[in-house]
Order: sequence, then structure tokens, then C-alpha cells
Amino acid sequence: MKIIATDRKGEVHSLEGRDGWSVMEILRDAGLPVAAECGGACACATCQVYVDSEWYEKLPPKSDAETDMLDMAIAVEPNSRLSCQITCSEEIDGIKLTIAPE
Amino acid sequence: MAGRHETDVAILGAGPIGLFAVFELGLLDLKAHLIDILDRPGGQCTELYPEKPIYDIPGLPVVSGQELTDKLLQQVKPFDPQFHLGQMACGLDKLPDGRWRLKTDAGTEIIAPVVVVAAGAGSFVPKRPPIAGIADYEGRSVHYAVRKMDAFRGKNILIAGGGDSALDWTINLAPLAAKLTLGHHRDGFRAQQHSVNKMRELAAHGKINFEIASVKALHGANGALEEVTLASPDKREWRHACDTFMPFFGLTIKLGPIAEFGLNLHGDRIPVDTEKFESSTPGIFAIGDINSYPGKLKLILCGFHEAALMAQAAFHICRPNEKLRFQYTTSSSSLQKKLGVA
Repeated sequence: MKIIATDRKGEVHSLEGRDGWSVMEILRDAGLPVAAECGGACACATCQVYVDSEWYEKLPPKSDAETDMLDMAIAVEPNSRLSCQITCSEEIDGIKLTIAPE
Repeated sequence: MAGRHETDVAILGAGPIGLFAVFELGLLDLKAHLIDILDRPGGQCTELYPEKPIYDIPGLPVVSGQELTDKLLQQVKPFDPQFHLGQMACGLDKLPDGRWRLKTDAGTEIIAPVVVVAAGAGSFVPKRPPIAGIADYEGRSVHYAVRKMDAFRGKNILIAGGGDSALDWTINLAPLAAKLTLGHHRDGFRAQQHSVNKMRELAAHGKINFEIASVKALHGANGALEEVTLASPDKREWRHACDTFMPFFGLTIKLGPIAEFGLNLHGDRIPVDTEKFESSTPGIFAIGDINSYPGKLKLILCGFHEAALMAQAAFHICRPNEKLRFQYTTSSSSLQKKLGVA
């Protein structure tokens, strides 16, 4: 599956996702600047992304824990998600997202 | 605890690795002082995931971040480590006698032949919203913490956030402020339910205003805030008059002043050897997440190992004329005496 990620400079990266990995892991391993300070525990809100609206609707809904954690993120938008909570799968092949400001 | 302290080892960072370093140093009769910007020990374990389970600490099938910290504090208690909490290490220099001097922003000075950087990913600092020009207002109109509540008396305050700090300060500053508005991106909160209830009660009685909105821009001159632009989730924007803006989005980690210590850095990490975990500057060690070496894994258990080897090398620097006697806690009565169990 592919992840189309726009970084903070507006540069677009086409990344190969791995089934079952979190999107955060794919972004981080590609060297993109997601801090992901807690390492994927939904505990720091530093891996925020904005998911393009067409894809946002296709994602499984946020857990209560993710909704709560987003309260500690800066510059939250209606299409904000924590990338550690999005799991790569064929259903979201081609997902488009933008890394939120830090 | 401000002032000048002389000791064997100054440890920068009171997270799990800094704490375990106290233990390994203590077995070798080396005393330690620890500095941390947080106001309690534990680092990321207590700040980010106090209640989350950790499953890969050898011998502890499951332990929470807070429990691990508490157990480490219990383990190092016999060695009486001195903590300097709520302080940021801001300077490091070498004295004429060859020892190091580590200074903090609270005026503490720690003089020691060995410095151990166990700073994780750096210092926890407040998250700063990405609003253009916000730095110009910081200190005068934009505040990330409350040191003296009275400084906010009579102010027209806008608080942003939905966690406990945002709600607590909304409730606590409401009686002092001329006007207080809480802005949050949704009508739901991560904070304690009783705080949320209290905030809603204040809003219902007109003591505060609650807006489902985020701050998009700041307007004012010379650091004095006059208005902000608020935006609702459906992108409606309007101006809101206020003289004080307090964003409460928790903490994030920045490398901070360590970058200015003159140490060799590789990205945000300190390269070390894997025999002693010493940096390229003799007498300065780096253990835990802050260091880098071939094969490095950012795991607490790796940091523990690094602390043990570091302590051996630190001994030779602190006690150049003494012979290091390697002993096991299981069998050594002298170690057991130090631990207070013999």
C-alpha cells in the first residue's frame, strides 16, 4: 500500500506502507519529522497528521483515547489524527495526509 | 537547593537511566547529584506514560512508568542522591582544577570530575502553538505556566486547551481575571470530569466564556496583545479582545541548552564509545536515549547496561589512586552494608 505524505515544507513523499504497521512508523522510518515522542503509545500527541477529507471518512473512527490525546495537540483541525493510531492496510492504499506543524 | 555543590558525579536527567546510574555509582561509593527540568523524578516514564504498562524490563513482567520510577527511587535511596528539580541545566564549563561545573537556570552549580548526560531526548518544554509571531508576545502577554497567580489579576485572559492544566487554570484564575475565556477545538475535554463540570458551571453562571474555537492569529504591538483571531471547526473566523493568552497543550521535548555545551553531536544525540559510554570529551558520559553508537536501541534496559559500564569508568576518573574491586550484591557484605541490608 502507498502513503502519500506532505511534509512541513510542502514536499510530497510517496511511501510504501507495511500491513499492520502504524502510519507513524512508516513516516518516522522514512526520516520525516514526526517526533512521536512516546513511541506510539498514544501518550504525547506529537505525531499529528491532517488526513485528506476523502480518506478521513474511510478510516476506522478515533478511539476515545485518541480523541482525548488530541486535546494535547497543537493546531488541531477537524481532520486531525494521530498517525500512531492509524494502521496500514490495503483499505487505505493511497491515503493522503499532511504532517501537522510542531 | 540552589548554591554550589561538590560531588563525584553530576547527572543531567532524573529519568530511569539517570536514577539507575545513581545505583551503579553508589555501589562504587560514588556520590551523585541529579538535575531535571521536571519537578519530579521519572522523566518520560512519569511525564508521558505514568499509567501505561512497560513489558520489557527484565524481571518485571509488567510495570507502569510511575511504578518503575517509584521502584528505582526505592533502589537508590541508600545512596542518598541529591535532586535539583524544576531546573534546566544551562551551562557546562571546565574549572582550572580539571573538574566540570554544571550550572542551572535556578543558580545551582554542581562541581564534579564526571558529568553524565542522561537527558533522554532533551528537556521537556511547553508545546508552543504554531502561530505567527507568538514569540514576540511570550513573557509579556503569552504565558505557558502560572508562577504567581496575582500577576493575572484584572487581566482579560484567553486560555487554550482541553487538558487538566487548561481546565484547572480556567477555574483558578476565573475569580481574579477581569474576563476569562476558554477556547478549545471541541466540546469535550481530556481533563478530569469534576473540573469539566466546574468549568461548565462557571460558564452557565456567566463567570467565564467557553468558545469551541482555536487561536489562528495574534494582534497587538510591542509584545502587548490586544486581540486574537479565533476560528471555529467550521472555519468561521472572528476577532476576540484579550490581553493575555495562555496555551496549555502539555509538554514536548527539545534538546535545549545541551546543544550549546560544546559536545560533539550527531543530530540530536551524543556519540559515545561502547566500552565506557563516554563522549568525545573526556569525563563527559552519555547514557540512555541521548547517546548514539552502532546498534543503539532506545530501550530502558539498554540504558541500564550503559549506566553500569559508565560507572566503572567514572570510578577511575573520580578515584584515580584506588583499585576498583568488582563485586556482586548477592555475595558482597560490603555492598550489602552500603545497601543497608547487612
